[in-house]
Amino acid sequence: MTRLSSAQRHLVRFTLNGKPVQGEAEPRLLLTDFLRQTIGATGTHVGCEHGVCGACTITVDGELARACLTLAVQIDGCELRTVEGLAPAPDRLGVLQAAFRRNHALQCGFCTAGILMSLDHYLRAHPKPSEAEIRDLLSGHLCRCTGYTPIVQAALEAAAELAELSRSDHRDV
Amino acid sequence: MAKPADAAIERDVDRPWVGRSIERVEDAALLTGRGRFIDDLGTRPGTLYAAMLRSPHAHADILAIRTEAALKVAGVVAVLTGEDITALTSSLVVGVKAPVQCWPIAVGRVRYAGEAVAIVVATDRYVAEDGVDLIEVDYQVREAVIDPLKALSPDAVVLHDGFAGNVASDRSFRYGDPERAFAEAPHQISIAIKYPRNSCTPIETYGVVADYDAAEDAFDVLANFQGPFSIHAVISRALKVPGNRLRLRTPPDSGGSFGIKQGVFPYIVLIAAASRVVGRPVKWIEDRLEHLTASVSATNRATSIAAAVAADGKILALDWDQVEDCGAHLRAPEPATLYRMHGNLTGAYAIDNVAVRNRVVVTNKTPTGLNRGFGGPQVYFALERLLQRIAVELGLDPLEVIKRNLVPAGSFPYRTATGALLDSGDYQEAIARGVQGGGLAELKARRDAARAQGRLYGIGYTAVVEPSVSNMGYITTVLTAAERRKAGPKNGAQATATVALDPVGGITVHVASVPQGQGHRTVLSQVVADVFGVAPADVRVNTEIDTSKDAWSIASGNYASRFAAAVAGTAKLAAGRLAERLARVAASQLNIDFADVVFRGGRVGSKSNPDNSIAFTRLAALSHWSPGSLPDDVGNTLRETVFWTPPELAAPDDSDRVNSSLCHGFIFDFCGVEIDPVTLETKIDRYVTMHDCGTILHPGMVDGQIRGGFAQAIGAALYEEYAYAPDGSFLTGTLADYLLPTTMEVPEPTILHMETPSPFTPLGAKGVGEGNCMSTPVCIANAVADALGIKDITLPLAPARLAQIVRGDEPAAPAGGRAPVAPRAGGNDRKLRGEGSASVGAPPQQVWAMLLDPETLKSVIPGCERVDKISDTHFRAEVTLGIGPVTGRYRADVKLSDLDPPRAVTLGGTAEGALGFGGGEGRITLAPDSNGGTTMTYVYEAAIGGKVASIGGRLLDGATRVIIGRFFTALAATAGGKPVPSESWLTRLLRLIGWSR
Repeated sequence: MTRLSSAQRHLVRFTLNGKPVQGEAEPRLLLTDFLRQTIGATGTHVGCEHGVCGACTITVDGELARACLTLAVQIDGCELRTVEGLAPAPDRLGVLQAAFRRNHALQCGFCTAGILMSLDHYLRAHPKPSEAEIRDLLSGHLCRCTGYTPIVQAALEAAAELAELSRSDHRDV
Repeated sequence: MAKPADAAIERDVDRPWVGRSIERVEDAALLTGRGRFIDDLGTRPGTLYAAMLRSPHAHADILAIRTEAALKVAGVVAVLTGEDITALTSSLVVGVKAPVQCWPIAVGRVRYAGEAVAIVVATDRYVAEDGVDLIEVDYQVREAVIDPLKALSPDAVVLHDGFAGNVASDRSFRYGDPERAFAEAPHQISIAIKYPRNSCTPIETYGVVADYDAAEDAFDVLANFQGPFSIHAVISRALKVPGNRLRLRTPPDSGGSFGIKQGVFPYIVLIAAASRVVGRPVKWIEDRLEHLTASVSATNRATSIAAAVAADGKILALDWDQVEDCGAHLRAPEPATLYRMHGNLTGAYAIDNVAVRNRVVVTNKTPTGLNRGFGGPQVYFALERLLQRIAVELGLDPLEVIKRNLVPAGSFPYRTATGALLDSGDYQEAIARGVQGGGLAELKARRDAARAQGRLYGIGYTAVVEPSVSNMGYITTVLTAAERRKAGPKNGAQATATVALDPVGGITVHVASVPQGQGHRTVLSQVVADVFGVAPADVRVNTEIDTSKDAWSIASGNYASRFAAAVAGTAKLAAGRLAERLARVAASQLNIDFADVVFRGGRVGSKSNPDNSIAFTRLAALSHWSPGSLPDDVGNTLRETVFWTPPELAAPDDSDRVNSSLCHGFIFDFCGVEIDPVTLETKIDRYVTMHDCGTILHPGMVDGQIRGGFAQAIGAALYEEYAYAPDGSFLTGTLADYLLPTTMEVPEPTILHMETPSPFTPLGAKGVGEGNCMSTPVCIANAVADALGIKDITLPLAPARLAQIVRGDEPAAPAGGRAPVAPRAGGNDRKLRGEGSASVGAPPQQVWAMLLDPETLKSVIPGCERVDKISDTHFRAEVTLGIGPVTGRYRADVKLSDLDPPRAVTLGGTAEGALGFGGGEGRITLAPDSNGGTTMTYVYEAAIGGKVASIGGRLLDGATRVIIGRFFTALAATAGGKPVPSESWLTRLLRLIGWSR
């Protein structure tokens, strides 16, 4: 295992939403700060920096992770997905995002990125979720605006639509 | 607006945009990670970052602050303390007449845990925090007072000399003839309540970027401030510049506020002052611990309320005694929380006689500020609990008592005893529809069935009026009429909107409103699209504020649920004025009568001859390209700014009657709850909430506001409290300690509506966002009171609290435990006590020598890095310890006393560091055992406070025991023995945090 010097910056290379990127980070730099300030991907938000609120949720090598509890140097060589990678095109929303807009499933939008990441990850593996399963999944996210019901509704609608789409075989989450 | 215009500007009546739940224009950016929140925006090259050192103590004198070590850190540019801030700024203004100062940083003395003590400015946030860790502060701790009623007692410690007896204000009011009503009424029914501290805690924290321009002595500040912009005057005064030299801007997006982001303003002063010192822009983003500990919260309040009641349940008079706890300083606009509801102290009821005593006290807690509901939860918790008690004590149905007292239908606008003018409503009808649509009969049947099975089931009701659009003058009710005359009148609620047409006919709207997720841009596009007969997509709305170039006034901002009623209405007026002038131009261009002009489908034309029309964009552009083509009397059609303030919002009158708000919505809630007989967990079986918020502009957003407020109210009712230890330590500094409801705790309420337009607002709309924060906590409390048959209820209704009410105090733990759990309740005693023993393989004399040897101490004190011997019995140590989830450096001072060599010694010490402080004392006894070794027994007391108490409170006691245990284990091991018990510290920790094997 490489031993990193606390006094130095280290080169971190990784894949962000399918594209190779790199930047330098001190060992103590949090992944949230690295993504937002060094890489410039500000869609991942910081709500608590202790892993409870879920706003900073991303996927690292296909697994959900709290970026605020991850050090930047840990993701060297990893594949990351963040909210910036969800839409099929800059002027188009994905199925899940569109369901959120339709259901008024966001107000201030600050917690939304993390919630979208959790749902996107979950729906890929669980195409037919129940409301109870969605609620259980989302219990790791805090939203102060919506009272959650529209989020749950949007997730269920998106799941149904995605299942329909996957039958006609063009999947576009 | 001129009368004929209304007739002329007939909209597309087939389908107005207002009233439709169109998709939000805000959402696409927010859903794709392209929001522009304050920390997403770039800063000027050279911008520095600030971090704050905060007080670990609730009340202490600052004896010395040593910043040299911090300043030596590479990248640290400056350290500012209270002394620097007082030299650069003026005290924040205080809302009552008293000789007190209010600084945004501790000056000579800290008065709450988390109060800023020093600001470190450095090249990045990490380096700034390094600097914070190296600042040393010597504190002389004072006694703290936490409870507002205790703060009133004559022997309580006093926070400010200018507030005698901790009382910042004491006013009594009298409306009608309450004494006579109480003397004559057959019944007097009363209740005393304590409303806790809580906060709606936005997920985005505070942020400030300040840039001082020395050449012009001016500040440019970007902050996620939410208003009211009356605070702009407070800030510029504190920074000692005229208002036009404080440019205050807001970012495009704000991650929730719920009132809380009003409280960023003291930090604007601090960061602006820091920028002035370093000559560069300074940025500060608050972290979550800072936010929970030291941003703002709602006030906690102790209220006694009594009613004079007729035999049929009719209330003849109310007597309020409210003691408001505003924390350590009275920060603007406090004590507004106490007076926001003054006109509505009779709630939804017609009560002619009211006596009020309002006291405002200061305590060693964080200063309070705006929070969704603002004064409503505190008032309605008292009033609606009282209504429920009247029903219980008179043997009446609670809903009947509510109905018997309602303001009569047909009596609107209705003037309440304390001065509010209730604008419109039909409360009886709303209740009838709520009962019907919400299925009350069925809910009662469910309750009866549950009770028949012996289950604990209850139903609660509330009826409240929800005020919106605050009168900027209501706060002056805290002053006497004479003081008000001297200070000059304050009243009104200026709202402003600007509608502009660009050279290709595009429509731009600007309002001084600062939304934090409420979808203002979408609703304004609907409102203005309806006026011009275009689609919302044709209207672009900007809701950022820049005080140096935008229209704004003191009431600007997003608070008091003023958007739909005041701001959207003002946008309609501004668009209407432009439309009237455009109609004159169209009449001239198309050669038709002004009265025949219609705006429809993106064109402006003749009502009677649809073929005669002109594209809206072409007409709108005319004023830019060919002003000479306009009729002479039109002026221009480029831009219109309207300021609107309702005449109903007058200053308080000489008898202290005040119309505190312009609009008054009505809410009727009922709910069924079931309480688990074993765990005493409260489960909401059904919740029904009936709203009349006047004309609904966007049904999806109105329901969104109701659901959101309801979810926060669930938190306030069942889970959330900003908890303080008796010594003033803040105990809920993480979101694992301050529990927000999740998807698993928030049920979907049944939402019902009726619409009684407000006659006082341009669109007939009233506010709707705060109502459930007022109605829901007490509705659930009333249901729990019904289920358990209890009178005294304190929120949050955590199972442990209900257990204490239902089952009394928990019995003492059985004797014989090795480390008895410390008593935590009562007094100022947060001390942890324990005892243990260890068997050491060395004789007492040798163990004794080890205890006095710095090198041995260094090797046995957990995390010890160095020990300096000051004298034979006095040592100083530096230790790095993990307590709970946080590791930090502490400076320890250890003294030995009561020496009885080689039999016994007392070891006492204190430790202090950036993460908190601790102190303790232990008596160690050494006795020879039969194997030539020593049996060492110890008893100790210890207490820990400061930041570690806030973020690791749940683990703290266990962790403290572990550390003390490690000391004795290591001592025994060094002497060649082993401790008794042999349980490892890891096993003990796991057991203490609840992991059993």
